[in-house]
Formats: sequence, structure tokens, C-alpha cells
Amino acid sequence: MATPESHVHVHAAPQGFLRKWVFSLDHKVIGLQYYFLALTAVFVGMFLSLLMRIHLIWPNVSLPLFGEIKPETYLSLLTMHGTIMVFFVLTTAPQGGFGNYFLPIQIGAADMAFPVLNMLSFWITCVGYLVMLGAFFVTGGAPLHGWTGYPPLSAVPSAGPGEGAGADLWVISIALFCLGALLSALNFITTTLDMRVKGMSMMRMPLTCWAWFITAILGLLAFGVLLAAGILLLLDRNLGTSFFVPLITVNGQMVGHKGGSPLLWQHLFWFFGHPEVYIAILPAMGLCSQLVSVFSRKPIFGYKAMVYAMLSIGILGFMVWGHHMFMSGMSPYSAFAFSIMTMAIGVPSAIKTFNWLGTLWGGRIRFSSPMLFAIGFVSLFVSGGISGPFLAQPVLDIPLHDTYFVTGHFHLIMGVASIFGIFAATYYWFPKMFGHMMNETLARWHFWVSFVGAYAIFMPMHYLGMAMHPRRYSQLTELNYLHNLLPLQKFITYAAFITIAGQFIFLFNLFWSMKYGEKASDNPWEATTLEWTTATPPPHDNFGGRTPVVSHGPYEYGVPGAASDYVMQTAPAAVTTGV
Amino acid sequence: MRALFSTVSIADPAASWDHRGILPPREGDPGGGDGGGVYGSPNFDLRLRRARLGLLVGLTGILMIFISFTSAYVVRQGLPTLDPRTNALVQDWLPVRLPAILLLNTSVLLLSSISMEMARRGALREAALERTASANVAADRTQILWLALTLLLGVAFLRGQWLAWRQLTSSGFAIASSPSSSFVYLLTGMHGLHLLGGVLALLAASAATLLRRAIASCAVAIDVTGWYWHSMALLWVYVLCLLKFVR
Repeated sequence: MATPESHVHVHAAPQGFLRKWVFSLDHKVIGLQYYFLALTAVFVGMFLSLLMRIHLIWPNVSLPLFGEIKPETYLSLLTMHGTIMVFFVLTTAPQGGFGNYFLPIQIGAADMAFPVLNMLSFWITCVGYLVMLGAFFVTGGAPLHGWTGYPPLSAVPSAGPGEGAGADLWVISIALFCLGALLSALNFITTTLDMRVKGMSMMRMPLTCWAWFITAILGLLAFGVLLAAGILLLLDRNLGTSFFVPLITVNGQMVGHKGGSPLLWQHLFWFFGHPEVYIAILPAMGLCSQLVSVFSRKPIFGYKAMVYAMLSIGILGFMVWGHHMFMSGMSPYSAFAFSIMTMAIGVPSAIKTFNWLGTLWGGRIRFSSPMLFAIGFVSLFVSGGISGPFLAQPVLDIPLHDTYFVTGHFHLIMGVASIFGIFAATYYWFPKMFGHMMNETLARWHFWVSFVGAYAIFMPMHYLGMAMHPRRYSQLTELNYLHNLLPLQKFITYAAFITIAGQFIFLFNLFWSMKYGEKASDNPWEATTLEWTTATPPPHDNFGGRTPVVSHGPYEYGVPGAASDYVMQTAPAAVTTGV
Repeated sequence: MRALFSTVSIADPAASWDHRGILPPREGDPGGGDGGGVYGSPNFDLRLRRARLGLLVGLTGILMIFISFTSAYVVRQGLPTLDPRTNALVQDWLPVRLPAILLLNTSVLLLSSISMEMARRGALREAALERTASANVAADRTQILWLALTLLLGVAFLRGQWLAWRQLTSSGFAIASSPSSSFVYLLTGMHGLHLLGGVLALLAASAATLLRRAIASCAVAIDVTGWYWHSMALLWVYVLCLLKFVR
């Protein structure tokens, strides 16, 4: 066999704009496409949330693009905010974006296992996003049924103004998204299992790769279920079947269905929905482990424990869907079982948290912007996660479920914590992706505004919830006891204004640094994983015709006897044995 | 503390999941099972393994879709509905009399699975011959006939399913008549859609063989299409049993 240096990658980099940037097969370009798709989606989602916040405290103000907000308009905003954020941001950026870009490089491969499929996944997702946005522009507007799409509301077109064409587009968009996500999961799993470079055993993979791998398994098992449920819903909506719709009257009219079960949808949806939470947050956990180790200059505390914790979170995640349905009148015995399983997830989560803290402990910490966001992630993960065991108990969930307490809980842990993971990943990998450093001063401003802002917005929601403030209400003027809570709602809206303004610092920094940022070296953070051994930005085949050979674990920092305080994964084995 | 930093030499036999070590796709492989490029025989095993692994993972996704339908089927079957005239809970699940043509379709599909297997084995044999022989083997490519036969039988199956639907409708079981008939259309339709994917894959594999693409490439394509086809045949037997015996 030829020496690695003589290996030449057979397919040349594509020429021409279309093949290079639009219908590209290169996992790096596809990763960036996913990332920028998520970036546009997050600003749309954020804009919708801002409109809701404005409406809540100034109900009579006419809003840009939407005019006067009727209760149903508020529900449309809520639905589209949730759907866009969960699917097209939290699922898209960490996995599709960074996973696509860095999984092959971190395991030493030249591309994903099936590049054509990879391109297809992105474009299906992209069409899904456009179809979702299309729901705003059809007669009746966007649907009202929330991101969870409970029937009968979501299944009966006459049930509300957005439930006609808008809801059809919503279901089709979700189905397309599932398809894209399934194809993408197939690619991630095959790539991880079959394309690791020589020496890169599973237990030498960076924890980011483990996180993407486990996330892909979760996606493979979960999105098929949502796809199936979506197909049933489409049939109920358009062909008159009765999978989910019982015999009911809507606006005094008997609907043509009978015998269907809305609970069936809830079971199918949440069997997907709970793993989805981990699909959103596992990549951030993997990244956080990576960054905490790199910027503490210490090996990650308990590598194997981290891997097994992620695996058990993934497995347990499939056994807890019922905790979203305590309100549905389920048998107390089922509720008890779901409750116990849910609280059990606290154990691997705590293992992860303590391992992050253990890694920080005694480290020579470098407070660079990626590290700030990683520590921010740990903080948000704890604050948002600690209310999980509260809600896992049916006796507490039943009063709290339809209040702002739940809104606060899942925004902190699934929303903001995952977003912090995305920010951390952006600041960490930006130099590799674009060849420039991001501006550190702006990054710090961005961190502090976002960190304080996130707490200022979502912590008070827990208090609103404990005061029994119902969620999903578009107006607070009808009930007297809510009047006293208006100042807190106002505070949240003001905090949202400031936090959202802070995101433009990030947006500016992102685009400004691409051109004017300080030139980045190949390994600016002095990290050990394979992406830092190649050029910046990486060449078309990732390693410029070389084949890396791995002889070290991913977190060898502060190795006794080594020449520097870190040992690259590709360093010859003799360097550190050195005795 | 020293144990924390132990390093393992690259000759470590456990350096990869299958204890063999995996090189990334450099030589003659564009890094993917579905890209173009020049495929030399040393990469044949690797490409075959990768394509089969991908297929296995993909089939897991498909399995989840059908598990979801099955659970919906079982749950819906046991649900009563309110009769507005008598105000009592009644069962609205009417057992569907399945058209006899489904049995014919089943035998057609199973036959197609056999011809697919002949094509698959032929293709693999040819690829193996090409690798072992020093000179170029004159490819006889008899598998193209088997592929064509499979294609024909596959299309005949789909046509037969369509006829079964028509018979069902004319016997009073439209898609919305009863929850049981909804499931018959749903499950046969979803299976048909997946088999249609198999037909398209067959078309692609046949085209590659006819266009005299590299033998190894054709063999990989025919092999995974074959396994997919067998899985869909198996899935059909499952669907039929579910509809026939769980009603």
C-alpha cells in the first residue's frame, strides 16, 4: 500500500457557483447551508416572539406586518414561533450545521458516507422551511394548534381560521423535515461507524462526535414516528379518515369523523417529542464537554462516564413521553411509572454536570468567548433542568402544566441552553470555518447581554407559573388576578427587547469578522482534535491528500513529560510515552 | 494520575470498532457510496460494507414508521365510539374482507424476491471474478435479465395492489368508510410507496448495468437494492398478516 502522503483524492473540488455553493456534495458547504438556514430561521422565530411579548403588555398596539392582534393571531404567532424554533433552529444548527461540518473532519474522513444523500437531506429540509413560512401567506394564515399540533384542532379544517390551508402546509412541512432528518441520521450513523480513520476507536472520538452519533440514533428512531403521525393527520384532514378525530361538533356543525382518538396523536407525538428535546440538547452537551476540557487545559473528567451518560439519557428519553400527558387522565399507575423514569434522567444529567465541574476544578481556565458560552450552558442546563424533577411529579405537573412555569422550564433548558451551545460552537469553530477570528470584545458583550437577558426573561416566568398565570393567553385584561402580575410581564418584555438587541451584536460580529476579523492560525485554541491539524479553512478533501493516523485520545492536556501542554491526536505515540 | 494519560500505540488491535482499522476513502473512492468516480477493486469490500450498513440504518427508520402504524392500528381497534342516535358506546371497527387478489400479489412479490436474489448473486459473483482474475473478465451480465424480470414482477405487484384497492372500494370499503378500511389503505399504500422506491432503485441499477458502468459499482447497487427488495417483501408479508389475522 502506498504511503499516506501519496494518496490523492480523486474528485476535484467542483467549479462553478451552482455545484460549489448550491447543490454541493461537500459536507462543509452543506454544514454551512444548514447553519445559515437556521440563522434565518432563528431571526424569524425571535421576531415572532417579540411580537407576542409586545402584544401581551400593550394589547391594543397594532403590530408591523400583522396589524391588530386577535386571539387567533396570537396563537398563530405562538405556533409558528415554536415550530420554527424547535425544528428549524434547535434541530438544524447543532446537528445539521456543525455536525455536518465537523463530524467527518473530527474522525478523519474526507466526507460523509453518502454525499448525495447529504445534499438531498439539506434541500428537503430547506423546502420544508419554505413550506412552513408559506403558511403565513395562505388564506386564513398560519395554524393555531401550537407546535405540538393536538387534534381535533389540528385535524379539522373548520376549527379555526388558520386550520385550513395553513395547517396543511404545517403538516407537510413537518413531514418533509422528518424525511430530511431521517436521511441525515442515516448518513451520520454510517459515517461514524464506518469512516473513522485508522486509530480512531469509538472511545477515542471527541465527545462532540459521540453526541452527534447518539443524536442521530435518536433522530432515526424518533422522526419515523412523527412522520407516521403526520401522515395519519394528513389523511384525517383531507380524506375523511378518523384516526384522531372523535365524534364532535365544531361551531355547531357535526364533523364527518367518529371514533378517532386525540390521545393516539399525543402518544405518537410525544414518543417523538421527548427524544426531540435531547436531539436539541445532546450536541450542545458534547460541545460543552469539548470546550470545558480545551479551555481548562485538562482532560475531560470521566470521558467514559460522559459517553455512558449520554447513551443512558438517549435510552431513557424514549421511556418518558407520558410525562407530557399527565393532564390527559392517564392511569395513576402509568403516571407513576413515567414519573419515576423521568426523574431517573436526573442521574445521568447530574453525572454530566458534575463531570463538567470536575473538569473546571483546578484547571488553568482560559475565559475566551467559547468558554464563556460553555460555562453559560452549564449554568442554564442546571437552572432549567432542576425544575424538571418538579414537573416530573404528576401532583405538581397538573397544576403547573398550563402555566408559565413550563414555559420558563423548557425555554431555559431546551431553548436557551441549546442556543448557547450553538453560540459556543460558532465562536469556537468560526476560525476554522472562515479563517478569521471573531471579535472578542463584541463576543463578550454578546455573552453578558444574552446570559443576563436569558435569566431575566425566563426566571420570572417560573414565578408567574407559581402564581398560576396560564400560558397561551393572548390577553391578560380579562382576569383580575392577572393584573397584579402585569409588572412582571412588562419586565420580561423589556428584558426581551434588550436581549434581542444584543443578538444583533452577534450578527454583526459574524459577518464583520468573516472579512475583517484577525487572521486565524490553524490551531488558535491549542486544541488536540483532528480539525485543528488541517489547514484553515480545510481544503476540499479535509486533509489535503494526507490521511491522518490517530494515536491519542481527544483530551490529552497537561500530559506529564510532554513538550507542550497538549498532545495532538495525530502526534506519534512515542512523543508522550517519552520514558 | 499517570494512568489518565496513558497512550496507546497505533498498532493497538482495538483501534477500530471491527478491530481492523478503517482508512478513510482516499484511493479511488470519493468518500461516499453514492458519488461518482473511479472504483478500484480494493475498495469493493469497503463500499459494499458501507452501502449495506447505510441500508440497515435506513431500514431501521422505515421499521419505526411501520411500528408506529401498527401501534395506531392496535389502539384504534380497541376504541369505542359514541353512537349519536342511541347515545351509547359502540364499536365502529368493521372487519374488512380482503380481496383475494392480494394472495396472487403476494406470490408475485415473493417470486420477484427470488429473481432479485438471482440478480444479486450473479452481480456479486461477477465482481468477485473481476477481482481475482488478472485480466479483464468478459462480463456476461446475465443478471440484467433477472433484474428485468424483478422489475416486471414488481410493477405487476403494484398494479395488483391498485386492482385490490379498486375491488375494495367497489365492495363498499372506501378509505373513510370504517377505521379498519382506513388502515388497509394506509398500510398497503405506505408499503406500495416503499416498494415504488425499490422499483426506482432497480431502474437505476439496471441502467448502470446497461450503460456498462464499472462492475463493482453495479454490484454494490444491485446488492443493496436486493436486500432492500427482500426487506420490502418481508414487510409485505407482515402487513398482510396484520390485516388478515389482527382484525
